[in-house]
Amino acid sequence: MNLDFEQELTDVEERIAELSKIDSKDSPQLGGEVAALKRKLKSLTKKIYANLTPWDTVKIARHQDRPLLKDFIAGMCSEFLELHGDRREGDDKAMIGGFATIEGERCMLIGMVKGRTIEEKVLHNFGMPNPEGYRKALRLMKLAEKYNLPIVCVVDTPAAYPGREAEERGQAEAIARNLTEMSSLEVPIIVVITGEGGSGGALGIAVGDAILMLRYAVYSVIPPEGCAAILWRDAEKAPEAAGALKITADSLLELGVIDKIIEEPAGGAHRDPETTIAATKEAVLAEIKRLKRISGPRLADSRYKKFANMGRYKTSRK
Amino acid sequence: MGWFNKSSRKQETEIPDGLFVVCGKCKAHVYKEEFERAFKVCPSCGFHERLTAQERIDLIVDAGTFREFNEKITFNDPLKFSDAKGSYADKAREAIEKTGLKEAVVTGSGNIGGIRTVLAVMDFRFLGGSLASGTGEKILLATEHAQRMKRALIIFSASGGARMHEGIIALMQMAKTCAGISRMDKARLPYISVLTDPTFGGVSASYANVGDINVAEPGALIGFAGRRVIEQTIKQKLPEDFQTAEYLLDHGFIDSIVKRAELKNYLHSVLQYSSRKHA
Repeated sequence: MNLDFEQELTDVEERIAELSKIDSKDSPQLGGEVAALKRKLKSLTKKIYANLTPWDTVKIARHQDRPLLKDFIAGMCSEFLELHGDRREGDDKAMIGGFATIEGERCMLIGMVKGRTIEEKVLHNFGMPNPEGYRKALRLMKLAEKYNLPIVCVVDTPAAYPGREAEERGQAEAIARNLTEMSSLEVPIIVVITGEGGSGGALGIAVGDAILMLRYAVYSVIPPEGCAAILWRDAEKAPEAAGALKITADSLLELGVIDKIIEEPAGGAHRDPETTIAATKEAVLAEIKRLKRISGPRLADSRYKKFANMGRYKTSRK
Repeated sequence: MGWFNKSSRKQETEIPDGLFVVCGKCKAHVYKEEFERAFKVCPSCGFHERLTAQERIDLIVDAGTFREFNEKITFNDPLKFSDAKGSYADKAREAIEKTGLKEAVVTGSGNIGGIRTVLAVMDFRFLGGSLASGTGEKILLATEHAQRMKRALIIFSASGGARMHEGIIALMQMAKTCAGISRMDKARLPYISVLTDPTFGGVSASYANVGDINVAEPGALIGFAGRRVIEQTIKQKLPEDFQTAEYLLDHGFIDSIVKRAELKNYLHSVLQYSSRKHA
């Protein structure tokens, strides 16, 4: 998948790949040309990534080569013991979780799985959890509280699944229950939004003490297409809606909804997943170390205040 | 998450002479006086028309005991949001003008059969009863008031979901209000949720569905995603009664469906069981 605003980059990348195939012994000046192209690529990448629109960012957040939960687990954890099932309905494959060790720190890691190939995407329901996914997540979070383990939630979902069975099994109740319970859990909760933070489906595992977000992730109350369809009466106006909704990391930091931006290399995580995953690991570790020194009741208390302050404005009390 | 859920129901249409109203469901012409006296329930088919917050308070709270609080809290425009039709600020001011309300919820204290309670009553006329910063703040403050006074909280929901004009801040109100509900629970104070038509999206997926007791009015539409979104996703037609209160009762998500005429007595009974004071 090529991104339209990256076309120039793709062209240069392809040219470099072509030239690299040619044996340098045949044409000695080739090395210089490749080096020049690489310099051009670097400055072009910087330039394009410094001028992304919110809609461009949406496309990056959804990019098929963007690192997914399984890549983060592989790159961050020395151990991951997956724990299955919600003990009621089944085992949701769009939401997974389990015991994890990050650089010696034991935690409970939970997140959405999107899948990369078509088969994987279908298996994992495109990262859209059903109620049993949220209930499994809550079961594991309660277990983490019992075992005094910090919780790490990795958020990457277009939405909670809008399906018939999802409604019948109480999608709304499942999310509502998580929001209620998470607000008072007495262990640290670290949230990382790595790709798409899709509305209530994302929030269902995103009530935390530290909300981190990758530079080119997005987090929104409604997908831009949906907002455009309702308020502009035209889904094609999604780029406008993406701007109006303020869904990029910078805007969310300014609005006080997230606490920290994890930088991605210029060119995005899809070009350099390793660097991105390493930066994520470092940021998560720092939060675990910081938060685990705070007592459980104090964590719950400050989490309450954190969310109570969201959307609390002096002007609103006039 | 849509803030406005298009219901197949039409609001009542009044006959010019003002003597009759046409039922939004069975289309019967019914005496307006009779309809109003029954708190907008059709005497012919039992259809429950939507109530305004004030009408709901008149129905439930003992006369003369309702004291509104935080009535000055109003909308905010954290995103400085504008769409094709203009600015959110103008739209919200229009809603204020039209409804006489400052937000989509009215909060206060009042007696129900002599039992002091804290109430939050949503009004669908105000931007589709959408949940935003002002709404969330009022509901959180109501939970805090209930804890200070050690009283039960009853929330009457009527909402299309989160107000997208306030973007992520609206989404955060789901977590914020649920944090308040969680504290009610820790304080062992009763929280009764009354789900009325319609209750969807971000309200359904937050405080409305986590009552100690969830009660719904007959025929109320309640769900997470809207019918149209689901039909487009699964490419199937949904059953006629999908997402009705009766459907939810069947699937185990509400405790009871209570007719409007019996709602006050029902709440009064539940309040007695939940008081923790049993002689």
